[in-house]
Order: sequence, then C-alpha cells, then structure tokens
Amino acid sequence: MYHLHPQLFLKPEMKPTRDGFGKGLLDLGSTNKDVVVLTADVSDSVRVAEFGKQFPDRYFQCGVSEQNMMAAACGFAQEGKIPFLSSYATFSPGRSWDQLRVSGCYSNVPVKVAGAHAGISVGPDGATHQALEDIASIRVLPNITVVVPCDVEETRKATVAIAALPGPVYMRFAREKTPIITIAKTPFKIGRAEVVQSGRNVTIVACGSLLYEALVAARALARRHISAEGINCHTIKPLDAVTLLKSFKKTRAVVTVEEHQITGGLGGAISELAGQKFPVPIERVGMRDMFGESGEADELLIKYRMKAPDVVRAAQNVLKRKK
Amino acid sequence: MNAHELALTANSIRQDVIKALVEAKSGHSAGPLGLADVVTALYFEIADIDPKYPWKETRDRIVLSCGHYCPVLYSALAHRGYFPVSELLTLRKLNSRLQGHPHLRCVPGVENTGGPLGQGVSLALGMALALKLKGNPAYVFCLSSDGEQQEGEVWEAYNMAAKYKVDNLTYIVDYNHIQIDGPIEEVMPLEPLVDKYRAFNLNVMETDGNNMAEVVKTLRKAKEHKGTPTMIVAHTTPGKGVSFMEKDYRWHGKPPNVEEAARALQELEAAREKI
Ligand SMILES: Cc1ncc(C[n+]2csc(CCOP(=O)(O)OP(=O)(O)O)c2C)c(N)n1
Ligand SMILES: [Mg+2]
Repeated sequence: MYHLHPQLFLKPEMKPTRDGFGKGLLDLGSTNKDVVVLTADVSDSVRVAEFGKQFPDRYFQCGVSEQNMMAAACGFAQEGKIPFLSSYATFSPGRSWDQLRVSGCYSNVPVKVAGAHAGISVGPDGATHQALEDIASIRVLPNITVVVPCDVEETRKATVAIAALPGPVYMRFAREKTPIITIAKTPFKIGRAEVVQSGRNVTIVACGSLLYEALVAARALARRHISAEGINCHTIKPLDAVTLLKSFKKTRAVVTVEEHQITGGLGGAISELAGQKFPVPIERVGMRDMFGESGEADELLIKYRMKAPDVVRAAQNVLKRKK
Repeated sequence: MNAHELALTANSIRQDVIKALVEAKSGHSAGPLGLADVVTALYFEIADIDPKYPWKETRDRIVLSCGHYCPVLYSALAHRGYFPVSELLTLRKLNSRLQGHPHLRCVPGVENTGGPLGQGVSLALGMALALKLKGNPAYVFCLSSDGEQQEGEVWEAYNMAAKYKVDNLTYIVDYNHIQIDGPIEEVMPLEPLVDKYRAFNLNVMETDGNNMAEVVKTLRKAKEHKGTPTMIVAHTTPGKGVSFMEKDYRWHGKPPNVEEAARALQELEAAREKI
C-alpha cells in the first residue's frame, strides 16, 4: 500500500525538500557519531546550519571552495567517517565532478553528496544557478547511487538511508516549497521504484517534486478514460528494472517526468532500459536541451512545459504511437 | 568627469540598484552598493568605452566575475546609456534581458556570463592574452569579490597572469569582509591577503574603494603600469550609503522590502545633497 498525504489532491501542504535534508542530518547527528557535515558558504540555503550549531565538532565550513570540499570529504570517508557535503548542485557536484569521480567513485568511499537548488524552479537567480544536467553527469559514474526524492518527507528518509550505504551517493533536492506527497509510513527503500497508483494504458515515471504533476496528470487522464500508472522512481541509479519493466509490459507506453534535461537523466535512463529490455514508445517531459532563465518557479515550469497539462499531452502523444 | 560628478553619478546608480532590487523581490544588496564607486569610476572615467559602439573591437573590457553583483553593473550600464534606465525594473523577471546573473551580451556592455564564482578571473586572463595576441590595444578590468578569493581557480589564474606578464589586465577585489554565511574572517579568513598577492608577483595596490578621488587615481595608475598584471585591493563598506545595510552580512543576498527601500532612497537622497 502506498500512503499518500491526505491533503495531496485537496490543498497540498507545501515545504521545500531541502528542509528534509536538514532534518535528516539532525537525526543522523544524534544517532551516528561518524556523520560529519561539510559546507561551502551556503549553510542556510542547504539547511545544514542547524547541524553546525548542534554538532560543532563534526561541522566544517570550507568557504567558497567546492573542489576542495569534495576531495576533503573523500578524505574523511577514507578514514571511516560518513561525510555529507552540500552546495548548490551547479557548483557541487557541478564544479567538483573530477574530485567525485576519482576520490569518491573510483576509490569507492562512502561520500554523500547533496546537490541543492536543483532544477529550473530555482527561479530568479537564472540559468547559471539552475542545475539541469546533474543527474546525467553523475549517473554515468561507476559505483555511485543517485537519489532524487519527491518531497520533504522522502528527502528526510533518503538522507538517513544513504548514510548506511557503503559507497558514494548523490542526492538532489530543490529550493522552493513543493507539495508534500508522502507521509512517515509511506514505503521508501533506496533502489526500489514505487507504484504510487496502478493503471493499464500508460506508465508515468517521475522523480523529484514533479511526481506531484505526474499524479495530477494521472487523475486528469482518468477523467478522459485513460488509465495511467504512476511510478515514483526516486532512485535513478541503480534503476529498479524489475518494477519498471513489469509496468512497461503491462501498459506498453511510457512518459518520463523530471526537472532536468530530457537527455541523460531519468528520461535517458528509462530509454536505455526500455531500449535494451523491452522497447516501448516513450515521451519525455523535462528541459528540452536548453538553458533556463530568470523568473518565478511556477512561471518557468509553465513556460518550459513541465506541469500536469504537459504530462497529459505527453501521455496522449505516446498513446498515439502505441502499437 | 571630475570626482564630484562621479560621486553624484554613483549616488544615482545606487538609487537605481535599490529601485531594481525592491521591484525584483530577490537579489543582492550589500556587495553592489559597496562597489558602486569603483564601478562608476570604471564606466564613466577610466575605461575606454562608447555606448554608441558597444562592441567596438578596441573597447576596454570590463568583466564582472562576482556575477551576483550585477544590479550595480546593470544600473551603471543603463546610466551610461547602454539601455534605458526604466528597463532596470525588469531585473530577474521572466523574459527579461536582465538575468539574475549576467549572460554574455544579454544587453550591450555585458562582457561575460557570471555567477559561479572564480570563472571570470580566468576568463578575463584569457581575454587579455587574446587581445595581446591580436595586437589589440584594449585593456581588461576584472571585478571580483573577497569571498571569491576562496576559490582555488583564482590563484591558478594569478599564477598564469604573472607568468605571461599580462599587463593589459587589472583585477579589482572588493574587500568588503562579508560573504553569505558571515564575516570573511569567520567563514574562511584570507589574511594576509595583500602579501599573498605580492607573493604571486602581481603589481599590488590598495585603495579606499568608497573614496572617489582615490579610486580614480588608483585605477589610472594601474592602467599605466607595464610589465606585470595589477591587483587592486579595494577596501569598501558593504551596503555603502544605506545605514541599516552597512557592514551587515545578512544583506548579502537580500533585497529591501518596500519600506526599507523608501528609507534607503531617503538616505541616499540626503547624502546626495552633501556630495
Ligand atoms: C562557485 C560558486 N560557489 C558558490 C556560490 C554561491 N555564492 C554566491 S555569492 C557567495 C558569497 C561570496 O562572497 P562575496 O562575493 O564576498 O559576497 P558579498 O561580499 O557579496 O556578500 C556565494 C558563496 C557561487 N555563486 N559560485
Ligand atoms: Mg564579500
């Protein structure tokens, strides 16, 4: 049973996913002495400042030095600590990719990389600050796990869960308040995609906060007598091929939804899986090989076509191509 | 322009920074206000530029490496005649040319894409080297922030600038002692900063970055210097001209609300009378 927040389709409660990261870290701080936190002059934005106050000995302010922070974190990991490091995703892992690749992934140490302010919903700061390529650039790295939680509660769970994984992890979250989709007892396991709602005609796979748009779209499709299966694919790597292929074989039409370039991210991973194991028509909702711009989060999601009506349209298009 | 006229212009530029920020409802206040005098001196007196021919091959280039300072860049460009001052009110809005962080050539006069700290320092170096290679006499000024000096990249650039004796290049570091998480001295101290630049074989100068006459004199000297790249450490007051913003790191990335903007404009107007 997949528990949804009771308010979800009435008036969703809103909180930023980054709050869940901060909360998860506080839980970890008191339960796991090996957890250390590093930040690079954005401690409030990425919600680690409170950890710094409560656990000052295990908190390291690196200044504006993302490459240094990444490799230093890997040093902590090599010595048996569980370092969580965070900045805006554009800067880390954006700028610190080589350090993550070599000292994190190749050495295969438990470094936990949190990329904040991901997606176009970063808003008025503009394209330089909107990470839309991070899933793609990180998921190609061997050994790493890539997690994109859908809401504040799932981000909290994911933060706690990734501390226990033996290898490197990249977790991505966003800046703006987004609907709280899940509750404490909603199932969550790294590496397992969850069928949020089952359906027959088309599969909609989403990650991150756009899962909400996907679920709203599924309801709109139901009103048009199209039965959509909604999947929360919070772990992009390793991809849950079993759950996904089972759904693809049933519906034979797929839509992917993410706040990321349609190449290389969730849409890319799903296309690779389907292409090799069970070819089906796929439509990808996301950023279409472009940079973003300044604007309010919602204005941008509308302009760049990542809202529920766009998911509905993608579903209708993919159904036309279904054999 | 003489120092008096420049100071008046800087005051107007500050007022429009405030107006743009309050309208945008997000953006950075402290850094842009503190650096307004240096920016004014560059665009209105020192740099060889002409808004009628914004991309003239021999123009001096001004690179803004600390892209979050762009409200003061946009305001200076508008006042210099590169685009209408009224357009400043579109800052950070959907479909605006004035992006939250600058995009290369988004409006005439914007010489680089900026925001991710450190990059502009290397970019300016590459531009200066290319200009020399082309036999182009243009000069490059690069504005950078103190927090930005924590990025390793800038030190890589200084190494290389010194190696190639890039003397058509002046860096100006805004030493305002604040960054997002607090005072520079607490987040990640930089001292002894001037000695570090000297050790990197740069031609180092210091100036009171809020004293117009001194700023102009220092920039002029820098441009005349031959043989090595120049580094000007500009000591400024973040939030300069707005009492409740001055020296307070919490104004790093916050715009004034309507009430605060009214007070800020009042203070700036009162200061204008005394220039
Ligand atoms: C590579 C990179 N890392 C982090 C940031 C986020 N950031 C924006 S401004 C800033 C503070 C830098 O200090 P400074 O420029 O001195 O701040 P100010 O004086 O304007 O308060 C940071 C960390 C960034 N823009 N780029
Ligand atoms: Mg500063």
